[in-house]
Amino acid sequence: MLTQGFFADFGMNDIWILATASLVAASTAMIGVFLILRRQALIGDAISHSVLLGIVLAFLITDSRSLPVMLGGAVIIGLLTAWLSDTLHRVGKLQSDASIGIIFTLFFALGVILVSLYAGQIDLDQECVLYGEIAFVPFDTIYLGGLENGVEMGPRAFWGIGVVFLIVLVSIVVGFKRLETISFHPNLAVSLGINVVFWHYFLMTLVSMTTVASFDAVGAILVVALLVIPASSAYLLAKSLKAMLFIAVAYSQASVIIGYSVAYQLDSSISASIAVSAGILLFATIILLQINKKRQTYQIPCLIFIVKHQSYILDQRVYHSSE
Amino acid sequence: MEAFNLIQPASESAIWDNLLAFWRFEDMNVLWVLIGSILLGMSASVIGAFAFLRKRSLIGDALAHSALPGVMMAFLLFQTRDPLIMFLGAMTSSFIGFFLIDWLPKNTKIKPDAALAITLSFFFALGLMLLSYIQGLNIENKSGLDKILFGQAAAMTQDDIRLLGYVSVIILFTVGLFFQKLRLIAFNRGYAQTLGVSVKFYELLLALLIVMSVVVGLQLVGVVLMAAVLLTPIAAARFWSNELSHILILSSVLGALSAIISTQISYLAPAMPTGPWMVVSLSILFLLSLLFAPKKGLIKRYLEHKLLRQKVAEENILRTLYKLLERNQIDQKDFNQADIQSLRSVATEHLQKTLKHLCKKQLIESSARGFRMTEKGFELASLLTRRHRLWENYLNEHAELTPEQVHKQAERIEHILTESQEQQLQEELGNANFDPHGNQIPNQLKTQHRDGGKT
Repeated sequence: MLTQGFFADFGMNDIWILATASLVAASTAMIGVFLILRRQALIGDAISHSVLLGIVLAFLITDSRSLPVMLGGAVIIGLLTAWLSDTLHRVGKLQSDASIGIIFTLFFALGVILVSLYAGQIDLDQECVLYGEIAFVPFDTIYLGGLENGVEMGPRAFWGIGVVFLIVLVSIVVGFKRLETISFHPNLAVSLGINVVFWHYFLMTLVSMTTVASFDAVGAILVVALLVIPASSAYLLAKSLKAMLFIAVAYSQASVIIGYSVAYQLDSSISASIAVSAGILLFATIILLQINKKRQTYQIPCLIFIVKHQSYILDQRVYHSSE
Repeated sequence: MEAFNLIQPASESAIWDNLLAFWRFEDMNVLWVLIGSILLGMSASVIGAFAFLRKRSLIGDALAHSALPGVMMAFLLFQTRDPLIMFLGAMTSSFIGFFLIDWLPKNTKIKPDAALAITLSFFFALGLMLLSYIQGLNIENKSGLDKILFGQAAAMTQDDIRLLGYVSVIILFTVGLFFQKLRLIAFNRGYAQTLGVSVKFYELLLALLIVMSVVVGLQLVGVVLMAAVLLTPIAAARFWSNELSHILILSSVLGALSAIISTQISYLAPAMPTGPWMVVSLSILFLLSLLFAPKKGLIKRYLEHKLLRQKVAEENILRTLYKLLERNQIDQKDFNQADIQSLRSVATEHLQKTLKHLCKKQLIESSARGFRMTEKGFELASLLTRRHRLWENYLNEHAELTPEQVHKQAERIEHILTESQEQQLQEELGNANFDPHGNQIPNQLKTQHRDGGKT
C-alpha cells in the first residue's frame, strides 16, 4: 500500500531528484574506490569540508554561480588543502592526520564564517552547507537559449554533476592502468617512472570537482559518506580494481533507491537517508561476511571433533538405541 | 532556563559599547558563558593532547559527529531538552562510534582511516536524518536543536553551562590524578604493559574523558568543528616545549584564550556561530607557534639551519687553506681564490661571501697577494684537520671502510665532533700520526682548549 502511494506521486520532479542523486552517488563511489585503496579516506573528508570555502570565495569574488566558477574555486581550495596538509606534515613534523585535521577545520570554519557574514547575499546557509537540499534541485532549472523563450533543459544541479560524472568516468577509463598501479603498488609506480605526485593531485582534483558538483544536492559532509562507504563495501568483496569499481557503483545506486524511499516514508532529508542506507548496506555486508567467516572457521574443527570422537558418538548411538 | 538576551550591534560605537558591557559583566550570564567556555577550552585541549600522543588526532572529529544521533534519539525518546539527558544520549552514541572505529579495522579488511571516515559520516548522516525527521514532527521546543551543529554560546542556558563546568572540572581533575599513568601509556604502551599497569582500564578512561569533553563541547563549538578544539592547541603547544607537563599547561592556555576570543565575538554578533571563530583563533595561535616558537618554530629552525650551513662553509674553506699550506711546504702562505677552487669545488660568489665572513671573524687576513690564515684561523684549521683525520683513522680501523669511503664521512663529522669525543678517538687509536691517505695528523695545540668549544 505504501509503495502504491509512493509510485502514485512519482512525477517528473522525483525523476530529476533520483537522476541527480544517482549521478552524485556513482561519481563519488568511483572516486572513493581510489581513496580507499590509497588510504586517503581522510583527505577526502578534509577536501569535502574545505570545498565550502572555495565555493563561497568564488562566489564573492566573481559574483556568479555558474558551474565553471564553482568548479574552479573548489578545485583550487581542494588542491590547496591537500598541498597544505602535506606541507604541514613535512615541514611542521606533525602526524599526517593531525595536519589534515588542522587545515580542513580552519578552511571549513572560514567558510562558515563567510556564509554567516554574507548570509543575505549568498543563497547558501548553514543548513544547506550540511545537508544540501536535493528536494529543491528540480526548481533551479537552466534554459537553453535565454530565460525568456529558451527550452527548459532540466535542473542545474543535474547538468553540473552530469558533466563531472563524465569527466570522472573518462579519466578513470583513460588512466586505468596508471591508477591501478598507483593504487596497488605505489613503489612500483615510482620505479616505473609514473608521475605519482601528478596522479595524486589529479585524484584530489577529481575529489574536489565531485564534491562541489554534489554540494547543492547532498551538502558537504554527506559527500564523505558517499565517497567512503560504498567504496568500503566494495573493498570487502572485490578481487580486482574493475570489480571494485562496479560493486561500489552498484552499492551506491542501491543506497540511492533505498534512501529515497526511506526519506519518502519518514519525510526526512533525502540526502541524509541515502547516506544512512549506504551505511546500513555496509554493515549488512560486514555482518554477512562475519557469519560466513565464523561458519568456515567452525566447519573444520567440527569435522575434526566428529572424526576424533567417532567411536564414542557411535557408542552413544548404540547405547541409546538399545535402550 | 532562559537564554540570555543580546543586542544586535548596529554601528561601530555600539560594538565598543557591547565590548565594554561584555567585560563589565553587566549580564551575569556572560560571565557564566565565559567561564564555561574557558573551562571547556582547557579540558578539551588537555584531553586532546593525549589523543594526539596516541596518534589518534582525529578521534575527536569522529566522536563529535557520532554524538549527533544520540542527541536526536534522546530528544525523540524523552521529548525534553534537559541537558543531562542530551548528554547521556550523546555519550552513548559517541561510545558506540568509538567501539566501531576500534572494531572495524580489527575484524575486517577496512583500514583505520577508512573506519574513522565511515563511522563519522554514517553517524552524522543518521543524526541529520533524525534531525530532519524531528523537524517534520509536531513536538514542542524542537527549535534550536540544530544549534549543536555549529555551536552557539548565546543559545546556551544556565543548566547547559553548569553541566559544562562540572564535566570540564571532572576531566581536568581526572587527568591530574592519573597524569603519571596516562603519560606512561601515551609514550610507551608496551612498557606500561610490562610494568603491570592496566592499560585497558586507562585507555577506556581516556576514551571516556574524550567522549565527555567532545559531547559537552557540542553546544559551544558544534559537531563539525569540535575536532579542532581537541587537536589544534596541542599541535601548537608542541612547538614550544618537549616537556609534557609544560605542553599540557600551554595548550590549555591556548584553548582558554581561543575560548575568550570566540565568546566575545559571539556576544558582539549573535548571528555568528561560536565554533568557527574558536577554530579560527586557534588556527592563528597555531600559525604563530609554528613560525615563532623559540625552540622548534620554523623561523628558528631556518636560522639555525642557515647558521650551520655558513659555519660548515667557513670551516671547509679554512681546511682547504690548511691543505694548501701543507702542500706548499715552501714559504708561500697567501693563496688566491683560484688556488682554493682548485682544491675544493665551490661557486665563486659563494666563496667570496664565505671569505668575507672569515675576514670579519679575523680567522684570515686578506692582502694584495691573497688570503692568509691568522694565527687563530690556523689553530682552528689544524683542529678541524686533526678531527677529520682522526675520524678517518677510526673508521678505517673499526668500520672496515676503504680510505676513499672514509673521506666523505669525515667531511661531515669534522664539523660536529666535540673536544671530549676527540680525546676519546685519540685514546682509542693510540698515537697514530698519519691518516689512511698518509697525511700527517696535526698535533694538539695548547691553545686549542680555548677555541675548541667555540668552533
